[in-house]
This record gives sequence, C-alpha cells and structure tokens, in this order.
Amino acid sequence: MQRMACSFPDEVLEHVFSFVQCDNDRNAISTVCKSWYKIERWSRRRVFVGNCYAISPDMVIRRFPDVRSIELKGKPHFADFNLVPDGWGGYVAPWISAMAAAYPWLEEIRLKRMVITDENLELISKSFKNFKVLVLSSCEGFSTDGLAAIAANCRNLRELDLRESEVEDLSGHWLKHFPDDYTSLVSLNIACLGCEVSFSALERLVGRCPNLRTLRLNRAVPLDKLANLLRRAPQLVELGTGAYSSELRPDVFSNLSGAFSGCKELKSLSGFWDVVPGYLPAVYPICCRLTTLNLSYATIQSPDLIKLVGQCQNLQRLWVLDYIEDAGLDAVAASCKDLRELRVFPSDPYGPEPNVPLTEQGLVSISEGCSKLQSVLYFCRQMSNAALMTIARNRPNMTRFRLCIIEPGTPDYLTLQPLDVGFGAIVEHCKDLQRLSLSGLLTDLVFEYIGTYAKKLEMLSVAFAGESDLGLHHVLSGCEKLRKLEIRDCPFGDKALLANAAKLETMRSLWMSSCSVTFGACKLLGQKMPRLNVEVIDERGTPDSRPESCPIDKLYIYRTVAGSRFDMPGFVWTIDEDSAMRLS
Amino acid sequence: MSPDLPKSDVSSGLNFKETELTLGLPGEIGRGTSSLIQIPGSSSAKLTGTKRGFSQAAMDLNLGRSFSVEHDDSACEQSESENEDLSVAKPPSAKAQILGWPPVRAFRKNVITKSCHLVKVAMDGAPYLRKVDLEMYNSYQQLLSALEEMLISCSTIPTHPTRNYLDEKKLMDPASGVEYVPIYEDKDGDLMLVGDVPWKMFVESCKRLRLIKISEAIGPDPRTPQQSASCTS
Repeated sequence: MQRMACSFPDEVLEHVFSFVQCDNDRNAISTVCKSWYKIERWSRRRVFVGNCYAISPDMVIRRFPDVRSIELKGKPHFADFNLVPDGWGGYVAPWISAMAAAYPWLEEIRLKRMVITDENLELISKSFKNFKVLVLSSCEGFSTDGLAAIAANCRNLRELDLRESEVEDLSGHWLKHFPDDYTSLVSLNIACLGCEVSFSALERLVGRCPNLRTLRLNRAVPLDKLANLLRRAPQLVELGTGAYSSELRPDVFSNLSGAFSGCKELKSLSGFWDVVPGYLPAVYPICCRLTTLNLSYATIQSPDLIKLVGQCQNLQRLWVLDYIEDAGLDAVAASCKDLRELRVFPSDPYGPEPNVPLTEQGLVSISEGCSKLQSVLYFCRQMSNAALMTIARNRPNMTRFRLCIIEPGTPDYLTLQPLDVGFGAIVEHCKDLQRLSLSGLLTDLVFEYIGTYAKKLEMLSVAFAGESDLGLHHVLSGCEKLRKLEIRDCPFGDKALLANAAKLETMRSLWMSSCSVTFGACKLLGQKMPRLNVEVIDERGTPDSRPESCPIDKLYIYRTVAGSRFDMPGFVWTIDEDSAMRLS
Repeated sequence: MSPDLPKSDVSSGLNFKETELTLGLPGEIGRGTSSLIQIPGSSSAKLTGTKRGFSQAAMDLNLGRSFSVEHDDSACEQSESENEDLSVAKPPSAKAQILGWPPVRAFRKNVITKSCHLVKVAMDGAPYLRKVDLEMYNSYQQLLSALEEMLISCSTIPTHPTRNYLDEKKLMDPASGVEYVPIYEDKDGDLMLVGDVPWKMFVESCKRLRLIKISEAIGPDPRTPQQSASCTS
C-alpha cells in the first residue's frame, strides 16, 4: 500500500494538487505525509494571512518558496469606526521588502486595513516584473505619487483597486503615468479619490484597454463626461459613476441614455453621488441585466428609488440608504426575487429622531419576498422580537445577519423587553449563520442562545449588551467555529476570559474595548499563553501606573507564531512569558 | 483546528477546573427546565424572570480564587459589586455622541451631510445684498418670514410685521408701508415670481432672489424686456 502511494511521480501529484485551491484543503493535503507536504509547499501559489502579525514574512517565505499571490489583513475591524488609534500598526513594509527579494514572480498583492507608503508602492512597482493585481481595501499611508509609480512601472498590470482607502490626493496627474502602449487594464477602482483625475488621460486609457471590465470612477468625474467614457468601453461589466448630477438637458440625457444602452454586458452599477432624479431614467434600459446595484450614496427619495429598483428583476445585491423606506423595501421584495444581499445604510445616523419611515417592517417584507436572501446589513431605529422571529422563520438560509439599531440599548418597541428571544430565533433557525452583529437591549440570555445554537458562527460583533461574564462565557464556550469576536462597551470582565483562555488560541482574534477587563488578567493571560499576543491599548499612559484591578481601555488578543511584534507604538503594551512588561 | 497545548500545562497554570463557570443555577433548580434555555417565542413574563435569574447566577458562579490575579481585595470587591448593580449595560445619555457609534464608515458620513444652498437676496433700495440658505427652510412660508425679517432689520422703526400671504406672496415693510414682491432668477437666467412651482423644485432652480418694490413690479424689468406686467397678480 505504501509503495502505491509513493509510486506517483511528484509532477503527477503536483498536477492533482493544482485542482485544489481552497486553503483549508491544501493545508489538509500537507499533513498527509512528508512527501505531500514538500510537493504541496512548492506548488502553493496563493497565501492568505488573516492577521499580518500572526506570522512573520520570513516564516511564510520559508514554507512557501514560490508564491504568486498574497493577501494580508492588518488592523482589527473596529478600526473602521475609529476605535483603533493612529499609529497602531499594520505596516506592510516588512512584507514588501521580504517578498521583493524572495518572490520576484509575485503577481498579486491584496491588502486590507494596512498601512502602505509611497516607498512601498514604488518598491512593488520595481520588484515584480509580472505584477498584475493590486487591491488596497481600507488602507492608508500613501498618496497619488505612489499610484504614479505603479502606473509607470507595472507593464502587466491588470487590476488597480483602491476600495475605500484613504489616499493623500496630491494631484490627478498620476493617471498620465500609464505609458501610451499600456493596454492590459481590466479593472480600475478609484472611487475613493477626492481630487479630479486628468480626464483626457482617463479617456485615452479607457479607450485603449479592450479588456476593461470594471471601472469605478470618483465623484469628481462629471456626468456629462460619462457618456463618452461609456462609448469607449461598451464591454464594461461593472461601472461606478461619478457625480450623477447635471443640469437637466435633453441632449445630455439622450447621449447618456444611448451610451448606457450600448453597454450590453453591464451587470453592476455604483457611484450615484449627488443624484439628480431626472437623470435616473438614463439607466432604465439596462436595469433588467443588473445583478448588483450600489445606491448607498444616492440621496434620492423613495418614489425615485422604487421606480429604479422595480425594474431590476435580476438584482442579487442591493446597497441603499434608508431613504428607500419600508414602502420601497416592499417594492424590492415584490420585484427582486433573486436578491441575495441587502444593505440599508442610515442617512442621518446622528439625528436623535427617525428622519424616514424605515422600520423593522421593511426587513420583514424582504425576508418574506426574497427567498434567496443570505446576507443582511440593516440600520434602523426600532425592532421587535416578533419581527426578528418572523425574519428567522422566513429565512433559515441566512448566513450573514448584521442589525444595527441606532440607539444603544433600545428594547423591543412593542413589549419593551430585551431583544434576546428575537436574536435567539435568528441563531436557532439560521443554522448556517457565519456572521452576526447584535444591537438593542440585550441581556446574558442572548449569549446563551448564541452559545447553544450558533455552531457555525465565525464572526460576532457585540456592543452595549449583556450583564455579566456569563454572557461572554456562553459565547467562548459554545461557539465552536468562532474566529473573530469584537466587543465594545459590555460589562464583561476577567472571569470568562481567563476561564476560556485556551479557546483564544483557536480564534484569529478578540477585541474588547470599554469593558471591565483588568490589567492583572491581561498580564496573566500574556504570561500563561505564549502563542497569544495580548496587547493592551491605553492612551492614558502605562497601565502599571494604575492598580492592576483597574479596567483597561482596549484589549486586542490574537494568536501568533511570530511572538510579540516590534512595531508597537507607545500606547500599546504587551506581556511576555518572562512576565516583564514589554514596550516596543 | 484544535490547539495542541499539553493539557497538563493548561490546567496547572490556570486551574481551569476551579475557574470553570458552571451554568447550573444554585437555588434555581425548582424553576424547571425553562430556567436555562428559554425557548424563543415563550412569553415575555418568563423572560423577565429569567433575566433576574441570570443576575443571581453571576453572583453564585462557582469560581475558584486560585488563579493568581494579584489585586487589592477591596478594589476587586468594589468592581464586583458594581457589576452586580449593573443588570444591563447602561446605554449612554441620548444626547452624547459615542465614539464609533453607530458603526458607519467615515466616507459614508460625508455623503449625507446636508448641502447648503446659499443664494443672494437683493432688496430694492438696500445698499447691500443679503444671503439666505434655502436648505434651511421647508416651505415658502418659512422663506418669506425670513425675508420679511430681513426687511425689518433694514428699517429704522422696529414694529411687529403684518403678514400678507393670501395668494400674492407680497411682503411689507411695516415702517414705510412699502410692499415688496419676491422674485427669483432661475437656472436659465429668467426672472420668475416666487411661489409658482413646488417648493423643492424652486430650491433646485433658484439662483438668486430679489425683492422688488410693488411700483417697480408693475412695469417691465429693464433687464428682461420680455417679462410682462402680469408678474404681479
């Protein structure tokens, strides 16, 4: 039997392995025997590092010598909401330096919530001759100068996607750095850029790249220029408009409408800043082909939204502001039978009163009408247990459910009870739920439901909820697949954390801020758990200057095989096995 | 992926068994099977009962004190009693804006900031112009009140204004008795009488406002000879 297993030449095994792309499967393959481990590591082309501090660049390079595509994630998710102070970390520089030497054939770099500088971008552009894909999602630290280097040097670039990154806008001239003979662009997303890019350069670029499929413009591109761009790229599949406003003129309208009609492959639309409703009918001819529609910047009212979305029978993904109102969601439920994902964002998140008639009823309608609904992000101001139970019963196939009731601690508006049973119904009925965000008035009971039923849950976000450590204990002890847990402003202290210390090594990370965890507990965890980095973030000064029983401000715990990191700023403390408090 | 920590290491270091939170509620056994797992959909009355139960459970937890968290006992007790008082996480005061809440990305907030639509207001006879933000008002009535107050502020005798809205949308300066008609210049550069079109349409198309004296309004405006005398009703 053993002889048979070894009788395949390496090339054959490698060929077989090439059909296995999923990381978990490849990891499993590598554990079969030494020979398979060796073949697998030499043939692994794509590496995903969910936490850039969980492993060092050298360790990755040593294990996988010939990687072509790397994805790295840096800051914790709550950094999106300004809970992580500037300078915390997530620098990609050491990775770029290491890979520049080790992976000359690297083709793809995808980063999320990382800090990347112009120097890093320049190094990328000069080190990887076959560089093809750069995706910077929610990144920061660079300017348009860095983009100029990429444009100028990456002859084989296919994708440049700046998704929601913070870019220092020095000038729009960077686009001119694409050489005249450069024609391989497939995807360009500059929606996050503030300043005007050189429009003539953009037009020429779009015109000479026949494979361009995705073009997401920024707000500064005026509507009256859009038609010309579209006519140069009728093969576009995904388009993000610029500002969608202009004086209503029949010639501009018909030009635009004609240009849209000419895009027979268009399936995804976004942009729509500053919408003038009079121009919306220009997209009506293509609505029936749309599968993705992002109207989350469109400040138009429900009737206009209904007219638009009502024509999108094939819509699978809809992002929209709460201007759509319950009535609009009723219309979506009636028209968009293929809807898989709905996100409703708040138009007035800080107003004390509801500004639009959008309530739990809209989500209930969607859950009734859209049988394929899997993913929900919903901001609203009132909710009831009854509605949540209805939604849960209607849609047991949901995998992502994020509900944000805007006022913290809001109870069921009908009964004034906590929303425990409502969320309990969600986790009980939606057996494949992978991601959950809670809000409203919640006791420890909701966590008991989650620990009992949410066996496939991978990510949980909690804010202003719970009563005691028992709540946290339920989650840590019950949720077998939990990878990421982020908690803010909850009365959770040391007990559940310490009692479930081993659990933390099975997870990617735990974030707790404005809770009741003491510095003493952090020290204990850091000392006893060598494969966890226990980082205390406290801008008030060294935790040693306060009693150990004093609650710390923010805590970020993550598993790692790389030991403590060396780039911590002054407000981050970590505890080592030798129980000396380590400052960077 | 299971952790490959040697079990002995774990248990000796942190005494898991002793620190294990037991979910049994001492003294609550008599409440029956519903005491721990409340089936979703059960009545809310039971819920409140359960909520109390868990608060007590937090106090009764079988927690070992053997893990060595060095702390001042009195400070520790105090924080525990605070925990007991806190039956539910206290939501912050309604008016205070909480950092990072609601969880909306910064680039989304910028989109929805209320736009400001400032237009110049020229009043016949006044030596200087004023400006109003049309977004501040929701109706013609509100706008005209504001314009009338501007007239008053230009006059010498402060008196209570008399409103004359009827159908004409005229304004009167009570000090002098002079009546004004509000007109506006739209996107095409035409002079229009305020009030004909729906409010929102007016806001979108208004470029500047002018308050002209009634006597002047009767004849054609020298700038736009095509305007007829019927611009006042």
